[in-house]
Amino acid sequence: MSTPEARTSSTSGSVARGARLSVLKTYKLYVGGKFPRSESGRVYEVTDAKGQWLANAPLASRKDARDAVVAARKAFGGWSGATAYNRGQILYRIAEMLEGRREQFAAEVAAAEGLSKAKAQAQTDAAIDRWVWYAGWSDKVAQVVGGGNPVAGPFFNLSTPEPTGVVAVLAPQSASLLGLVSVLAPVIVTGNTAVVVASRTAPLPALSLAEVLATSDLPGGVVNVLSGDTVEIARPLAAHQDVNAIDLAGADAESAAELEGAAAENLKRVLRPGGDDWSAEPGLGRMTAFLETKTVWHPIGA
Amino acid sequence: MNAKLFAYAPAPESRAVVDIAPSYGLFVDGEFREAAAGKVFKTLSPASEEVLSEVAYGEQEDIDAAVRAARAAFGPWSALPGAERAKYLFRIARIIQERSRELAVLETLDNGKPIRETRDADLPLVAAHFFYYAGWADKLSYAGCGPDPRPLGVAAQVIPWNFPLLMLAWKVAPALATGNTVVLKPAETTPLSALFFADICRQAGLPKGVVNIVPGDGATGAALVGHPDVNKVAFTGSTAVGKQIARTVAGTRKRLTLELGGKGANIVFEDAPLDQAVEGIVGGIFFNQGQVCCAGSRLLVQESVQEEVLDALKRRLSTLRVGDPLDKNTDVGAINSAEQLARITELAEAGEAEGAQRWSPPCELPGEGYWFAPTVFTGVSQAHRIAREEIFGPVLSVLTFRTPDEAVAKANNTPYGLSAGIWTEKGSRILKLANQLRAGVVWANTFNKFDPTSPFGGYKESGYGREGGRHGLEAYLEHA
Repeated sequence: MSTPEARTSSTSGSVARGARLSVLKTYKLYVGGKFPRSESGRVYEVTDAKGQWLANAPLASRKDARDAVVAARKAFGGWSGATAYNRGQILYRIAEMLEGRREQFAAEVAAAEGLSKAKAQAQTDAAIDRWVWYAGWSDKVAQVVGGGNPVAGPFFNLSTPEPTGVVAVLAPQSASLLGLVSVLAPVIVTGNTAVVVASRTAPLPALSLAEVLATSDLPGGVVNVLSGDTVEIARPLAAHQDVNAIDLAGADAESAAELEGAAAENLKRVLRPGGDDWSAEPGLGRMTAFLETKTVWHPIGA
Repeated sequence: MNAKLFAYAPAPESRAVVDIAPSYGLFVDGEFREAAAGKVFKTLSPASEEVLSEVAYGEQEDIDAAVRAARAAFGPWSALPGAERAKYLFRIARIIQERSRELAVLETLDNGKPIRETRDADLPLVAAHFFYYAGWADKLSYAGCGPDPRPLGVAAQVIPWNFPLLMLAWKVAPALATGNTVVLKPAETTPLSALFFADICRQAGLPKGVVNIVPGDGATGAALVGHPDVNKVAFTGSTAVGKQIARTVAGTRKRLTLELGGKGANIVFEDAPLDQAVEGIVGGIFFNQGQVCCAGSRLLVQESVQEEVLDALKRRLSTLRVGDPLDKNTDVGAINSAEQLARITELAEAGEAEGAQRWSPPCELPGEGYWFAPTVFTGVSQAHRIAREEIFGPVLSVLTFRTPDEAVAKANNTPYGLSAGIWTEKGSRILKLANQLRAGVVWANTFNKFDPTSPFGGYKESGYGREGGRHGLEAYLEHA
């Protein structure tokens, strides 16, 4: 495992005689269950909080964003059609896989955000617990936000929540793991599929999380992870006619306004940025923002 | 058969029950006043082109005054105990019931829809809607929006002309129950019932400024939606205007709900109860002259019963009575405006030009007013404009399918997602299709049913947010 310290030493050119040179990881995008480089061939330098080089992350392009939407759309039928129990188990499986790589993620979060080891560990643990929390919601949210309606006539009438579709998620720029999980889990637990744009300055926990997702029985394409310039990737997503919703958590005020305007073109559901405390209990809001209510009527009669 | 032998005698509802003043002002801060610039516009009866009244035309200055009044009223109104707000709404519901016949006749005059519909559908639903939300006002902590849900502030509400008073009720009732105050802009062609509602607010003793009504056109609506001191925008109307509003609201803190257009598929399987299905098809597209966002404007009929269904449908359409909306026997009334009639006419012509076969029952249309005969197009392909665009008129496009999968694929092949219908006796098929159809309301073996407890609203480009039921409260409360 490569700790930030090991990375720093490996780039300093002062490896002591006899010491083992660590194996660096090539960070890649996660699209349709595969790990491609950016089709553009571009990368950008990711540093730790002190400015030390950590990795070259893919600088995803407009084309990568479109490919990710295609993958997310393709995965939507199967994932939204899976049973809630099944989705819940898969989200729980993500927590299990993350727990097993807890040390790695704590190190990545510490490096990315300049946190102490203890604080980074706490963030990682909270992120794992958040997957568990949302896993449990999969087969409960419909009972909480849906239900029968007592209409004034001889009709059976039932309202149930359904996933909105393909959701573009701009992950928070800070809280590179906990913030990311806090916006991603509520989108997919209800059956949406996601195209996630990782934090621009701290994308490595997101790109590593993709490896966890890939080994958690989550079908390919349900979550797609892009790294790069947030606004550059978000623009084509906000304007994309086959994206149904966008979470602007990771956008600044100015670009959020621009992206919301572009999203109006096909009336995407928009969750505006702001006011998020990732340590608080999340509530239903991030799930219901990406749910539609369907109401079915049928006559009652012999 | 001698048709004359069985002809109906005219049975007009009396106009004497409603007293329309020659002119109306804006309703701002509890009183009627002239528009600041003194402009007025005429509202017509679409069935006769008779001028019913002159109405003040609201502009920016009037919107400013109305928003100021609503802002001033917001503090005390939202601070009232919920039980007191509830009683105001119960009063309004009761007064609407008392004045129901008057309002039904008024609505029929101003809108052109048959008295049978305003009397039996619009008005009962209006009263029921206020009665339903009245009961929520002191129970909001149970609504699933947190233990102490707070109102948003001033709600800007823009409503259409197809169900003028009902759309007002859908907007105003939940807004007031949750403690918001309202500035409402009724549609340009149907302002009267909203102005009568202002009088009902007066009779109910509603505090001044809680409800303000500013008639006008699209420019008035744009000024209202764009006003910097409104906290909430609720719009029902076309998808094109809805997108414009979404762009206006982008980058602000205003909350937005949109209830927009549709191109609903009514799917008839070979095992359906065909007589009932035909009634449902007729109600689905000819109710309110087809000027319904959730109309079943695309009939998807299984190939094996295509001829049988179409024969029965044509027989049934030949018995529809088109004419004087105030006649109690009228089934299909007038189109709401010359502009809407032109749009329907243009799209029907496009249907013919693109190769679909047009059919209408023989019917005599009145010489004055805006009329369009019930029309069925067969041989429609998914690429035809009449299969893709919302016509908002009494025009049905018939397509066929062979398998349930094909029916679902065709039904979902639209940017809209408001309503859908399924006709089959097979329960498991109903439930599977209901799951697969991307639409906010699915009517199985029925169509065009509404109820205040039942959430209504669209998927995709039919808008977002729900009106009706517990869900309808969420649009007017801070999210916990």
